[in-house]
Amino acid sequence: MDRPKVGIYDQPKNIREYPLGPSFKSGHLVDVSSGMRSFRPIIDAEKCVKCMRCFLVCPDGTIDKSGEILEIDYDFCKGCGICAKECKFNAITMHKEGDI
Amino acid sequence: MNNKIFASGDEALALGVRLAKPQVIAAYPITPQTITVERLADYVEDGSLKTEYMYVESEHSAMAACIGASAMGARTFTATSSQGLLYMCECLHYASGSRFPIVMMNANRSTATPWNIYGDQRDSLSQLDTGWIQLYVENGQEALDTVIQAYRIAENPEVMTPVMVNLDGFVLTHTYELVDLPEQASVDKYIPYKDYPNKMDLDNPMSTCITAGPAWNTEFRYQQHCAIMNSAEAINEADKEFEALFGRSYGGMVENYLCDDANAIIVTLGSVAGTTRIVVDDLRAKGYKVGLLKLRCIRPFPKDELKKILGNSKVVGVLEKDISFGYEGAVFTEVNSALSTLDKMPKTYNFIAGLGGRNISKNDIKEAFEKIIAYGNNNENASNLEFVKLGCEEYGN
Amino acid sequence: MAINARNMTNKELFYGHKACGGCAASLTIRWTLKVFGERTIAVVPPNCMSTVGFIFPHMTFGCNAIIPPFAATAAVMSGILASAKAQGLEDYHVVGFAGDGGTADIGLQALSGAIDRNDKITYICYDNEAYMNTGIQKSGLTPYGTKTTNTPAGKNIHGSMSSKKNMFEIMAAHDITYAATVSVGYPEDMLKKLEKAKNAPGPSYIHVFAPCPTGWGVESDTTIEIGKEAVDCGLWYLAEYENGEFTLNKNPKDFSSIEDYLKKQSRFSHLDAADIDEITVQRDKKWEKIRKNWVR
Repeated sequence: MDRPKVGIYDQPKNIREYPLGPSFKSGHLVDVSSGMRSFRPIIDAEKCVKCMRCFLVCPDGTIDKSGEILEIDYDFCKGCGICAKECKFNAITMHKEGDI
Repeated sequence: MNNKIFASGDEALALGVRLAKPQVIAAYPITPQTITVERLADYVEDGSLKTEYMYVESEHSAMAACIGASAMGARTFTATSSQGLLYMCECLHYASGSRFPIVMMNANRSTATPWNIYGDQRDSLSQLDTGWIQLYVENGQEALDTVIQAYRIAENPEVMTPVMVNLDGFVLTHTYELVDLPEQASVDKYIPYKDYPNKMDLDNPMSTCITAGPAWNTEFRYQQHCAIMNSAEAINEADKEFEALFGRSYGGMVENYLCDDANAIIVTLGSVAGTTRIVVDDLRAKGYKVGLLKLRCIRPFPKDELKKILGNSKVVGVLEKDISFGYEGAVFTEVNSALSTLDKMPKTYNFIAGLGGRNISKNDIKEAFEKIIAYGNNNENASNLEFVKLGCEEYGN
Repeated sequence: MAINARNMTNKELFYGHKACGGCAASLTIRWTLKVFGERTIAVVPPNCMSTVGFIFPHMTFGCNAIIPPFAATAAVMSGILASAKAQGLEDYHVVGFAGDGGTADIGLQALSGAIDRNDKITYICYDNEAYMNTGIQKSGLTPYGTKTTNTPAGKNIHGSMSSKKNMFEIMAAHDITYAATVSVGYPEDMLKKLEKAKNAPGPSYIHVFAPCPTGWGVESDTTIEIGKEAVDCGLWYLAEYENGEFTLNKNPKDFSSIEDYLKKQSRFSHLDAADIDEITVQRDKKWEKIRKNWVR
């Protein structure tokens, strides 16, 4: 999965270890978004023709197109359902979290 | 070789800025700072100053542009006064909180209403809590020298805090004197360009001016406070190093003029310190033991210096060009707070003078000294605040 | 070759943020950074995107990014540009992402100044038609008849009674190098215009119609659909201003139903027949002008 990963940031003990002013290096994640999800999209690789529309319209960019098949980063998918709605080939279905 | 130029306060400041070579200048005009931005434009035109001169559309945008430029790593400069300073107030907090070493000249001017373009210190003294280092200069030479020192202070890695250089409107910005121009090569050595550790970098991307919630906020504020407290050392160091290179010094955060054996001292800031110095000399010649403490820096507040210099005096008068409505002059509050930690605190007296550009004469200051000497000898609990030369009867009469 | 889903980079430069699911504003930033690339400096004033994007120490922008003061997005952008120029930096883009409030209301002065200076910046307004971050209050771009939290739909206040400011035309009136209106409902058109903005030799302005499921009261999966419907029913238009000329990119022969578009959003659920008529009349008046002036 070629998507940014979550790391751990410990509260520095010394004031000198804090960044200079409220700033930090870009692209540093400490928390996932999966808790926002009630429904989870699942891509049916058989039906998928790799038109890339789901990859395009996902507001969070959680669909990774780098591999053989399209993969969803469930750490950051919020279950908004746009991918399922916009797929013209009915290859994506939404399932209630916990039912899987 | 001495390079002397006949310049107004505004012009001297501009000459200092040219020597400091800011990479970005945000220019918006407001009386009485206009001559400074005009001269800087002249220097861009004649090629003696290479900078990105931005014509911004308001003071808020002027400081915002400096924030953007500083965040991207450039040395910046802007100038303003009264209404402009207040208009950019949000951005003052912003710049200091984000630790951007911006240098700004403020031409002290009264704040509306009533409308008044002349000099008093209500504008900058109402912004003491914005997290900026605030310096007050007495004359054109000090203006030129201090704006150069300001960059050394601001860009010091232990400081990284914006600096405001205050000039009294009209009485300093528009009066002329002969100023000595330091050599560019020496100024370059004194303030070489620095790589700001918190800058946005195309090769090492940074997210800046961001949110810090309850779990993190206090530590950032503590960091900011420590930086300004530590800047006292940087301010004194900058002044000493300036003396070594250019032969002129201003005492760092305060100037002690004949205070050591004085039993009546006036504390003041800005150009009126010059007038006060002459009055001190006159009174000393007559045998009075008086002194002047010139407050050059009010943030960080030179608490220890004040305690040491003022502690042995019988009485201290604070002469300032502002009033915090509903209480007293802002500087008076600060001085009292510092002296209150002494075992024996001098009596203190507040003179509110010069509001809206009303002249403060040598005679006014002489009478102020006479007033505090009498006050120092008097054991009654009289009022210790007066509006100097009030043109009407006092309220309640 | 125009940028599309196949040839655009797989790398995400805006990732891990806490925006609501289905947020068109986050999609706007995502697509823009795909087009503009890693050497972008993103300027994001206080709004939903900066609120969900930079919560120390969680940094969701992969490129340089800064939160400017609310009124000063374009001024900070100009400052960044001046700084980069002064330092001789090359191959970078300064892009701002402000909401409708941060553009048409409080941000207008700074935006006007930056365009006037001809600064080569790209200013993107993601228009979700209210101050969403503070709880869905009315802005200068809230359309006629909208129920917001401070324009309640009642007897005395009948929703927002003013029309959207013409930001696109205000930008054109500055004789800006390039301005365009887009919608997330028409991705190909939007991507093409983002690319034009990136390559414009002067300042550019992109006005994005960006549905907000939370604020508009629609399902989170309808964002793209609603974005398309707004254009199809004529309440939004796709146009460009370039080289001093207006061009209408899409001229619908027949409009789809305004009533259908409005009634499926709970922010318009209070509208009666008279309101919908009024909105239709306003649309027709606007399109008469558009067709007369922008179609060659």
